[in-house]
Amino acid sequence: MLIRKTPDLTYADVTPKSVYLNRRKFLRNTGLVGAAAFAGRGLWELVSPASHVYAGTKLNVVSKSPSSTTEKQNTYDDVTHYNNYYEFGVDKTEPAKNAGSLKTYPWSVSVEGEVKKPRKISIDEILKMAPLEERIYRHRCVEAWSIVVPWIGFSFSELIKQVEPTPQAKYVAFETFFDRQQMPQAKYAGIDFPYVEGLRLDEAMNPLTLLCVGMYGETLPNQDGAPVRMVIPWKYGFKSAKSLVKIRFQKDLPPTTWNRLASNEYGFYANVNPHVDHPRWTQAKERRLGEFFKRETLMFNGYSDQVASLYNGMDLKKYY
Amino acid sequence: MRKLLLSNWTKAGVFLICLLPFAVLGWRALHHGLTANPIEFITHATGDWTLRFILVTLSVTPFRKLLGLPDLIRFRRMFGLFAFFYGCLHFTTYIWLDKFFDLKEVWKDIDKRPYITLGFLAFVLMIPLAITSTAGWIRRLGGRQWQVLHRLIYLTAIAGVVHYYWLVKSAIIRPLTYAAILTVLLLWRIASKFWPRPSAPAAIPPQPRKIQA
Repeated sequence: MLIRKTPDLTYADVTPKSVYLNRRKFLRNTGLVGAAAFAGRGLWELVSPASHVYAGTKLNVVSKSPSSTTEKQNTYDDVTHYNNYYEFGVDKTEPAKNAGSLKTYPWSVSVEGEVKKPRKISIDEILKMAPLEERIYRHRCVEAWSIVVPWIGFSFSELIKQVEPTPQAKYVAFETFFDRQQMPQAKYAGIDFPYVEGLRLDEAMNPLTLLCVGMYGETLPNQDGAPVRMVIPWKYGFKSAKSLVKIRFQKDLPPTTWNRLASNEYGFYANVNPHVDHPRWTQAKERRLGEFFKRETLMFNGYSDQVASLYNGMDLKKYY
Repeated sequence: MRKLLLSNWTKAGVFLICLLPFAVLGWRALHHGLTANPIEFITHATGDWTLRFILVTLSVTPFRKLLGLPDLIRFRRMFGLFAFFYGCLHFTTYIWLDKFFDLKEVWKDIDKRPYITLGFLAFVLMIPLAITSTAGWIRRLGGRQWQVLHRLIYLTAIAGVVHYYWLVKSAIIRPLTYAAILTVLLLWRIASKFWPRPSAPAAIPPQPRKIQA
């Protein structure tokens, strides 16, 4: 029997998991819509939020990347209920509760700055930009915990090639979506939003640098950075900006959120490095979620072979 | 009201309420409620409750005077000992679950990381207070000296709050809330020392009692 793949469905066509798992809420909202229509309020505005939330849509993963680790993956539950996403609350468990308010469709990312072909790319286009790969990466947080996650996406270099950076482009700046209405908890974070991050162009070109649209075979849950995020596995987690809305190629080193907040604690590079402690805690060890004993932290999070050459001759104690 | 405050049932009830945070932790442990990083969760929860009980302990005197309920003093030692109880759990979690008795590592932490230095100091200063909390020790030291010794709680409280403040990455609103409450409690003491209110019942040094819960 021939099982045919559904042809070219976009995200918008699929009933989001959050909707079918929340039938009651959905029905209640539908009821609300009816009542609101009677009250003379805009119907479309009330219908649209529910139908535009998506998460847990199956992705068509073409290949498993050879850059994957064979280490034991963390559970989906761990990775979706232990998050740092300060726009949705500062406790690890808060993003899972609060990120449902993020509207991830329609979505587009503006690619701009020192490129020959600046453009706004919709999430549907991003999904077709390159074949999707599964990459199982170690992910090390600056707070000394780590996880292993089967991300889905493609090398960020694919996007870079398509927009053709000019010779002036030396850095890439990333910006995370920010909206006070959708992120009411952001005001308690003590951070100036939107969240911004950045990479040197050669770091961004490294094949390990992933433009990520999913994990565990599905689209990204909101709390993990839906609909599209960066994953830079040899750097502390905060470098991997979530829910991207802007990618800017530029001549100068871009400001980055945590560095702005405490430059003595969080550098621009933020490479995982067991020999350079955070001023307030050691980075020599980490706790892999799900394990009792701490394990040794590896230089560049175990990706030395692929990335160490990027930093030849650099004093990594100075450029932490 | 007085009768209620003096009832042993009330004391037993308050004792059980003070144990609730511990019970909740236990319940969560049995129901996968400790998040993906249980050790961090336990550390934070026990640390939070230590600070809260320190503040509750420090609130007893102001409330006694402002509400004219001197009998509230019956609960102060219990609150103080619960602060110590949660402090012990917090410290044990750190030294056992987090560092796994790697004492060299622990000492490096205390020496090198100011927030751990302060946390450790806050904990150590609570030990003599817990030891001398019995009626026997109050008698042995004499009310006056006992009181002087127990002013260490102010240092513990300040060190504890700064410990928290130095530990957070950016969300300083929570440690600042603790700091604000502590400031009010300490200012109230300074103010009542310089401007004693004649109507308020005088502070009585805690009297040794035979029956202790």
